[in-house]
Amino acid sequence: MDEHVYAPEPVTQPDPQEISRRTFLMNVGIALNAVVGLAIATPVVAYLLGPVLKHKEYLDWVALGNASDFPVGETTLVNYKNPFSNSWDGDTAMVPAYVRRTGENDFTVFAINCAHLGCPVKWFKESQLFMCPCHGGAYYADGSRASGPPERGLFTYDLKVDGGKLLINAGQMPTLQNRAGLKPCPGRDEKAQPAIVAQIESAPRVDA
Amino acid sequence: MKWYQRVYDWFELRLQLEGPVKEAAMHPVPRKTASWWYVFGSASFVLLILQVVTGILLGLVYSPSAAHAWDSLQVLNHELPLGWFLRAMHGWGSNFMVAVVLIHMAQVFLFGAHKYPREMTWVLGVFMLLCTLGMAFTGQVLRFDQDAYWGLGIGASIMGRVPFIGGELVHFMLGGPIINGATLTRFFALHVFVIPGTLLALTGVHLWLVIKLGINEWPMPGRIVRRETYMQEYHELTHKDGLAFFPLAIWKDLFFSAAILLAVAACAAVFGPFGPKGIPDPTIINTVPKPDFFFLWLYTVLSFLPADMETPFLLIVPPIAVAILVAIPFVSGIGEKSWWRRPVAVFSVLFIAICFGAFTQLGTYTPWSPQMHAWSGAPVPVELLSKRSPLERQGAVVFQQKQCRNCHQLGGLGGQRGPALDKVAGHMTEDQLYRQVLQGGGNMPAYGAALSPAETTALVKYLETLKPNYQPQAVDASRQVVAQVAGPSATQASASNPAQK
Repeated sequence: MDEHVYAPEPVTQPDPQEISRRTFLMNVGIALNAVVGLAIATPVVAYLLGPVLKHKEYLDWVALGNASDFPVGETTLVNYKNPFSNSWDGDTAMVPAYVRRTGENDFTVFAINCAHLGCPVKWFKESQLFMCPCHGGAYYADGSRASGPPERGLFTYDLKVDGGKLLINAGQMPTLQNRAGLKPCPGRDEKAQPAIVAQIESAPRVDA
Repeated sequence: MKWYQRVYDWFELRLQLEGPVKEAAMHPVPRKTASWWYVFGSASFVLLILQVVTGILLGLVYSPSAAHAWDSLQVLNHELPLGWFLRAMHGWGSNFMVAVVLIHMAQVFLFGAHKYPREMTWVLGVFMLLCTLGMAFTGQVLRFDQDAYWGLGIGASIMGRVPFIGGELVHFMLGGPIINGATLTRFFALHVFVIPGTLLALTGVHLWLVIKLGINEWPMPGRIVRRETYMQEYHELTHKDGLAFFPLAIWKDLFFSAAILLAVAACAAVFGPFGPKGIPDPTIINTVPKPDFFFLWLYTVLSFLPADMETPFLLIVPPIAVAILVAIPFVSGIGEKSWWRRPVAVFSVLFIAICFGAFTQLGTYTPWSPQMHAWSGAPVPVELLSKRSPLERQGAVVFQQKQCRNCHQLGGLGGQRGPALDKVAGHMTEDQLYRQVLQGGGNMPAYGAALSPAETTALVKYLETLKPNYQPQAVDASRQVVAQVAGPSATQASASNPAQK
């Protein structure tokens, strides 16, 4: 065991002519790799941005059931299957929503997500409020903001009644800025004034 | 020559590692630096290794599929021998890691270790902290339960607030338009490859800098850092009065690391793994999503910010905070290192620590959230029901049935979103109560549309009885004055007002 490894000796100086030729070839090599790398990487960017590049294709009309099944004057919790789902989505392919029917053909479908940070709001029919368990947002029956941190009313879906079925245009989680076409609730900028308060305010004053 | 020495020589001849390893391990450290205060960096590293090892072991079983992740965690928890313990070690390890990293950061800052020439070590550390927090958040997502699902919803809602490209960012983050299988695989790749790879690479450079530049000396008041002289002074400090890190200074690091590992194991064994909580089925909306411990402070901040402050806060403050952290060594890169001479630094750390502590504490019991089951579950104390008229008791029923209890406590039970109402009659008159109930205000919804006149009357009559006997009833002084001044006609007018007793 008396092996010995010698330190690498300094390379003898090549003549300048050769340096420039080899340096040139090295630069060409670097450029080649850059070109090939770019050519390979560019499609990968498209792969990464895939979910961003298509957005309209996500939306489709989903049937929530027979329109006549929703009682007038009530708000009902429904579940629908995301129109574009994969077999490995499991339970997450399902999405809940609220259907509110106020007249024969007056439907509103609210997204489950609180307009604040997306937590699931819960409907309380006794107090006619949606309440959010996360940060305490509350909404009136028509979806307009009642109190708490949300800066707007509940998100609503585009809907239509076709052949007796209630359909919504679904497929995207609503957030404050996306292209799902989710619209703000009607009258979200007006201060909601329940009917009885208006009656009180319009009542004649009792003067001494 | 012994056989093992020959084996060693055979390898050393080829690897030639002895020199660099010896140089790194035996680099001299200032004598006073071999202190119990300097153990948090090595402890963070040991915890990182623990996370890598336990993470790989969990990865043998975990299935990153939205349909199966939750089930595979159940298998780990209940079917595989010690699977629960590994999950618990990984979960507690992450909590300890965030804590120890933060302590390390505060200690380094208070000891002035970020100053010349260690600015880059600090900057790398800032990004390592971000990686650690990124690991904590993505790890919480991999525990694919209800909290993870709705936590992703919160993340998406925050992203959605970015102007112009918010919608695209949400799609990019979720891997599609909603939270589903694509979201989980994406966070799996982040948690298992991207962030830990980055973190390990940063850790390598961070350690390299620690070895090359030497460990920070014990700060002494009056020992000023100057760019011109520091290197020379440090060299003298370490070479005239220094210790070799190995074997003379390392033992404290070893003891502390062992203690930390033991603490993680003890927590894991006693408290067990974190979750998973309910299955990630979004149609189960009876859930109270909550972030993990280290994001509770954010949860609190988000519920206390005024609505129009929220988006600016979420989008502007984090980049500014990171920019400030990165800028610290360049703004105060020289001068005093000792905390005795850096009051602003000390108070900043205290202020931030107190804020984090207070926000986290609030986040553990979320007084801003309505308690969804209080109206049907919380009993009304007997003393708040006895000796009441039928109408008043009817009001108590309305109070429960209309979910007032979800936000208002009676007898210490119920939501804390609004004020407790045990003594409300002492400071609100009947008229004020009517107005508040019907019109809302001050963060209370208007109940005018949800209450019939009869229910409103009963409710207010009941609220009018809620005060301790020794306290006077709140009265509208102007009515008495009007009654005295105007005489019988005013009395008549007030009698015709149904709101007047």
